[in-house]
Amino acid sequence: MEQHESLWLFMQQQSGKLLQQTIQHIGLTFISLSIAILIGLPLGIYITRNRRLAGIVLGVAGILQTIPSIALLGFMIPILGIGPIPAITALFLYALLPVIRNTYEGINGVDAGVREAAIAMGMTPFQRLVRVELVLAFPVIMAGIRTATVINVGVGTLAAYIAAGGLGEFIFGGIALNNTNMILAGAIPAALLAIVLDFLLSLVQHTGGRGRRRAIALLPVALLVFSSFYVLPVGGGSRLLAGFTPEFMGRRDGDIGLRAEYGLHIRTVVISDAVMYKAIYNHKLDVISGYSTDGRLKAYDLIVLNDDKKIFPPYYAAPVIRKEVLTKYPELGPVLNKLAGKINDSLMTLLNYKAEYEGQSPEQIARDFLTGQGLYHVPGTGDKGTVVLGSKIFPEQYILTDMYAMLIRGYTDLKVESKTGLGGTKICFEALTHGQIDMYPEYTGTALLAILQPSPDVAARLAANRDSVYNYVSQRFDREYGLTWLEPIGFNNAYALMMRRSQARQLGILSISDLVNYLKKER
Amino acid sequence: MIEIKNITKTFGAFTAVDNISFTVEEGETVVFLGSSGSGKTTLLKMINRLLEPDSGEILIDGHRIVDQRAEDLRRKMGYVFQNTGLFPHYTIGENIATVPRLLRWDRQRIEQRTTTLLEKLQLSPAQYLAAYPRELSGGQQQRVGIARALAADPPILLMDEPFGALDPITRSNVRKDFKELDELRSKTIVLVTHDIQEAFELADRILLMDKGRIVQQGTPDELLFKPGSDYVRQFLQEQRFQLEAERIAPGDYPALIRAFDHFKTRES
Repeated sequence: MEQHESLWLFMQQQSGKLLQQTIQHIGLTFISLSIAILIGLPLGIYITRNRRLAGIVLGVAGILQTIPSIALLGFMIPILGIGPIPAITALFLYALLPVIRNTYEGINGVDAGVREAAIAMGMTPFQRLVRVELVLAFPVIMAGIRTATVINVGVGTLAAYIAAGGLGEFIFGGIALNNTNMILAGAIPAALLAIVLDFLLSLVQHTGGRGRRRAIALLPVALLVFSSFYVLPVGGGSRLLAGFTPEFMGRRDGDIGLRAEYGLHIRTVVISDAVMYKAIYNHKLDVISGYSTDGRLKAYDLIVLNDDKKIFPPYYAAPVIRKEVLTKYPELGPVLNKLAGKINDSLMTLLNYKAEYEGQSPEQIARDFLTGQGLYHVPGTGDKGTVVLGSKIFPEQYILTDMYAMLIRGYTDLKVESKTGLGGTKICFEALTHGQIDMYPEYTGTALLAILQPSPDVAARLAANRDSVYNYVSQRFDREYGLTWLEPIGFNNAYALMMRRSQARQLGILSISDLVNYLKKER
Repeated sequence: MIEIKNITKTFGAFTAVDNISFTVEEGETVVFLGSSGSGKTTLLKMINRLLEPDSGEILIDGHRIVDQRAEDLRRKMGYVFQNTGLFPHYTIGENIATVPRLLRWDRQRIEQRTTTLLEKLQLSPAQYLAAYPRELSGGQQQRVGIARALAADPPILLMDEPFGALDPITRSNVRKDFKELDELRSKTIVLVTHDIQEAFELADRILLMDKGRIVQQGTPDELLFKPGSDYVRQFLQEQRFQLEAERIAPGDYPALIRAFDHFKTRES
């Protein structure tokens, strides 16, 4: 039975997280906006007094604006690391141009006669600025602040990539899991936030007379209050900090299961797995979600916490192939099964280590391995037909795909085409069911929980046993999707919680239950 | 007393004011009369340092204006603009109170002063004190502009085409009320206009300007009856009949007829 949660139900279940993300998002938006105003407003004023600089300042701010947001965040990581600081810096840079430009234009737009009157009445330049120019330029300046706010709410979703929180956590988690409800649970509040803030600021913008002066006085206070949202401690204030990938956050064999089965309540940031391992190694994080065969486990001296309540089912890797392809080219089955049982956990970890840490190409690793096993053959004619291989975007999948490509070329006359880098699980699976690829390596646990999604008690019953999961998924894939699971390769690339070996030893944490108990004691 | 000594002001290659000297006595109303581009507004703006001269100096009551802070100097001079220059974000009351507030008068004194001024300029305080400039007609706005200039009771009043933007009927009404203001009795007034009629009506002395120079200075009668050059005669020509007629006592028909004949021969 497939279980479809409604969007509303999802938002209700996740209301705590949703609230926290929304508050973080508002905080991020306003901290960066406040800094942009603090710097942009005086700068905008200054260039009305120093016209020669105006072109340069507006030009530089304009160029910053054109840098794609993902690229800007990318530039930030080596300089500022992960977390709020690079995120706020990036958002600040985006908010700068509208603030500077509108301050400049707003003050320049003040009627020359009114400005001259202010001088002739005997106002000092500062009095003229504060009592006349800024007040009259206020609607234009506010329009700039509105633009900056809307930009910040939008770009702020990307903060989730670098562990700075915000509504992007749901959006990117949802994209990784192809979970529409999750995407919408992040995207709808983000859109509403932009609309509501824009509306509120438009009210401020269009105040006149005495109301305007009051608005000008209150605006800094409001900015400060909203900015402080980000600083307020939200969620459990545990001393340990966990970093989970967006996908892990939304999976039952992930954060959801950890909360439900273990009662794990740990301060959590969402982070892309590209920077996650480095961050735990640098003591920026204490617990991460990872894969038990990941090469970086070895490289960064991390340990896997024992899953004593068995919420992570076995994830035995095996090729999944479309039945009609297998019927058309019956020689494929035996060829692909040549890898069955050949790679155990530590061997796969070593292969991943070579790719991730020693920088060898997946193709080289695959060739070396097959040669070592005596499985490598010179390619055949390749004139019989084409098989399209797919893979998700991480090294292990690239290595496996390259091995299968070499086996197919070596033992048959089929041509091989690779479509690597198909993102997450659902993208690969959709590509397979729609015939855009013919096969890809999948993991039994992932197929069970991310694709088939049986009821929790069925999942719990199956989870303990390697064979029962394999049998369950291969039967249902065969029946429901016309897909065949070939024999498992041997290793179990399970989801796992990881800690630094030194810290885990020091705190006496070996299993996830130990971690939960430690966090309870700490509170 | 305002003493202007050898003032020259150029804008690039254009000489707006060319080595002008004159004196405005205390309590006197002097009108700079001239067509546009004659340098009269430039000259006016140099008196309160909205513009600085290239050479020459200006003294007020014997003190060089460059020796004091420009802001302090300006707060001691009222300034009326052609296009009112009212602050659109200030109420009428706040507009009038601009200079008193800069001078840090106490609230009560400011309130009293603004109310008095509005009454003197024929605007009901109850109705207009809290109104904004855009809610007023052009004539009313100009009255407020005059009230603002007079608010701190400055000894000197500078007026740049103060009635120039008004329609003829409103103009003569505002001008009439302006002339009757008791506030103006002791004030030294410098007024800029291109309106001959206005100059003759308000001036104790007229400085007729052309191309940055003073062509002739004197009382209205001197300009009218003893023009120093053809330019002066020419300049006043169109308005001559009316100007002369206004100077004839009521009922003196022979003089009126003489004036008309005179006018006709000039025309032909």
